[in-house]
Amino acid sequence: MNIFDTIPIAIRALAANKMRSMLTMLGIVIGVGAVIALMAAGQGAQKGITDQIRGLGSNLLFIRPGKPEDNPTNSPVGGTVLTLVLADAEAINNPDRYPYIESVASQVFFDATLTAGGESLTASSVTGVTPDYQYTRNHYVESGRFINEDDITRKGLVAVVGANVAEQLFGDVDPIGRTVRLTVGAFRVYFSFSFLVVGVMERKGATATGDEDDLMLIPLPTMQARIPYIRNPKGQSNVHQITIKVTDPDKFGQAKEELSALLRERHGVAKDDFTIRSQEDLVSTVNAVSQTLTVLLGSIAGISLIVGGIGIMNIMLVSVTERTREIGIRKALGARRVDILWQFIVEALVVTMLGGLIGVGGGVLAAKLANGQHLFGRDLYTAVTPFSIIVAFTVSAAIGLFFGIYPAFRASRLNPIEALRHE
Amino acid sequence: MIQLNGISKVYRTGDVAIHALHSLDLEIGSGEHVAIIGPSGSGKSTLMNIIGCLDVPTSGKYSLDGLVVSSLSDSALARIRNRRIGFVFQSFNLLPRLTALEQVEVPLVYRGVRNRKKVARQALADVGLGKRAHHRPTQLSGGEQQRVAIARAIVGRPSLILADEPTGALDTATSGEIMVIFETLNRDLGITVVFVTHDMEVAHHTRRIVKLRDGQIVSDTKNSPAVGRPAPSAPAVPAVGSPP
Ligand SMILES: Nc1ncnc2c1ncn2[C@@H]1O[C@H](COP(=O)(O)OP(=O)(O)OP(=O)(O)O)[C@@H](O)[C@H]1O
Ligand SMILES: [Mg+2]
Repeated sequence: MNIFDTIPIAIRALAANKMRSMLTMLGIVIGVGAVIALMAAGQGAQKGITDQIRGLGSNLLFIRPGKPEDNPTNSPVGGTVLTLVLADAEAINNPDRYPYIESVASQVFFDATLTAGGESLTASSVTGVTPDYQYTRNHYVESGRFINEDDITRKGLVAVVGANVAEQLFGDVDPIGRTVRLTVGAFRVYFSFSFLVVGVMERKGATATGDEDDLMLIPLPTMQARIPYIRNPKGQSNVHQITIKVTDPDKFGQAKEELSALLRERHGVAKDDFTIRSQEDLVSTVNAVSQTLTVLLGSIAGISLIVGGIGIMNIMLVSVTERTREIGIRKALGARRVDILWQFIVEALVVTMLGGLIGVGGGVLAAKLANGQHLFGRDLYTAVTPFSIIVAFTVSAAIGLFFGIYPAFRASRLNPIEALRHE
Repeated sequence: MIQLNGISKVYRTGDVAIHALHSLDLEIGSGEHVAIIGPSGSGKSTLMNIIGCLDVPTSGKYSLDGLVVSSLSDSALARIRNRRIGFVFQSFNLLPRLTALEQVEVPLVYRGVRNRKKVARQALADVGLGKRAHHRPTQLSGGEQQRVAIARAIVGRPSLILADEPTGALDTATSGEIMVIFETLNRDLGITVVFVTHDMEVAHHTRRIVKLRDGQIVSDTKNSPAVGRPAPSAPAVPAVGSPP
């Protein structure tokens, strides 16, 4: 018997019980739709995050204090050990020796309370930066000016605020020319300074390393001059991160090697007491995390597919019992066991694959509708990939096969005489 | 063509063993027209099912056209049922939902034949149902349903037709029509026809009558068929053309 001859038989049998077939199919439709929609949400989140990381510029290297093992990539601040100093950054910024270096910017991170007028922001991120920051991080002032060399040499009390900070502290008022009071404290010792706002940064949106619009930037030397515990015992200035812009991402390997050698030599250590990572390292770490999320979401939805599959098996078993006599007749007319086996498997496959198709359509539609919606205070992004469609469809077909085989096997083993006697 | 040697069939229900057939010997030659009679429970259906390769004997040897059936695999048996044997049942056993034409196509589907419609149409025409091709079983009378079943049995051009009380569910007039079809198939196409009946009148249309009792053959008699004596209201004999 030709396998294609089983398809009309299957469709006819399903059409004879339209309501039942549709309800059975619904289980698969919902399962496949959920897999597609949830995987789209996971992948949308992943794409959003990686786009943001890449938005910083694809040719950045980050050096952070601490051994690589102590330095999880997703932590906004480097390891707890302070092994990097400002002088390291100055040594790196040597275009004669390292021609692939475009610019170098050091950063110090800490949290402080910011007050202006009646408004106050606790635990705000403050970053000590140098003028290279703009170009290196690809993040520029929107209005006013950025921190300049003069601010650095004067250790000026000037600040550039992020878009959110400006909005939260000053509302509609132009912050430029106004003051922000910065209070930082530890061990009951509090330091408090007034900073003159000279610029507002352009809006960048949330990134993987925190929301850059929530930052306040001040000159790095100012910070080190004013806040003693950032200085290290030797009187050097510790930095939390050195950001390096490289001319070409192809040079990452060479840069990592040469800069590591330089820093080891400077630190007088045999093993790295710092970590050098590239933008892509960060992207791949984040990808690994969000892929886990996507798989997790997909698996949760997959459970509903299995439930749908059990529904298929249940209905197929009922169907085999109901059609025992039909099976007997077909066997008497020359159907072999495999013919009966295929007839019922194809029937299960038709249900699951048709359900799978409808589910793919529904899932894609749901994902498209959800894309860009504001949900739970966040923008929801979805990305339907051909991969998830193929996976969902293949899994639904596999479920049809898996849950269809046992009923079909039972049908194929029926004894023709007993089947013919069946009422 | 059919050779049964020492065929026994034992059904076990719990502790009780029912001997449906008792080391039965029977030989039926090619082109014969045989009626099997006997009281209820004498093992007629059991015998037919074994001859039809739907069931296997508990012991004994059955060969069909020289082929020892008892040693064949399931799919080889299915192939024999599909190609060599046409089975007609008392209860018609048509498939629900299918039209008459589709019913007749079924054996061809399992045979893997491509252009089935034409052959199936011809078989329906042969039993005088050319105009009922698109009717479903529920839209046909008992006699018409049995004729569809016969068309289905002959569509694959089998060399043997087995009918277990084919007229059991039909009135006398319709029975006559059905019996005439079998006679024509036997006489004009040389198909071996074996059928079971309770009706002695019907049995006398054949040349050989085998009588069973308690799973054994009690008589096997040659009979000069009552030719030229078709059943009272039988219509003109439907033209049984040679199937393509
Ligand atoms: N599946 C079965 N299980 C147990 N016993 C069975 C089974 N099938 C048939 N029998 C027994 O075997 C014997 C022969 O049955 P069979 O159906 O062959 O009789 P029959 O001659 O066709 O009768 P009838 O004229 O009533 O159709 C009977 O005693 C019956 O009870
Ligand atoms: Mg019987």
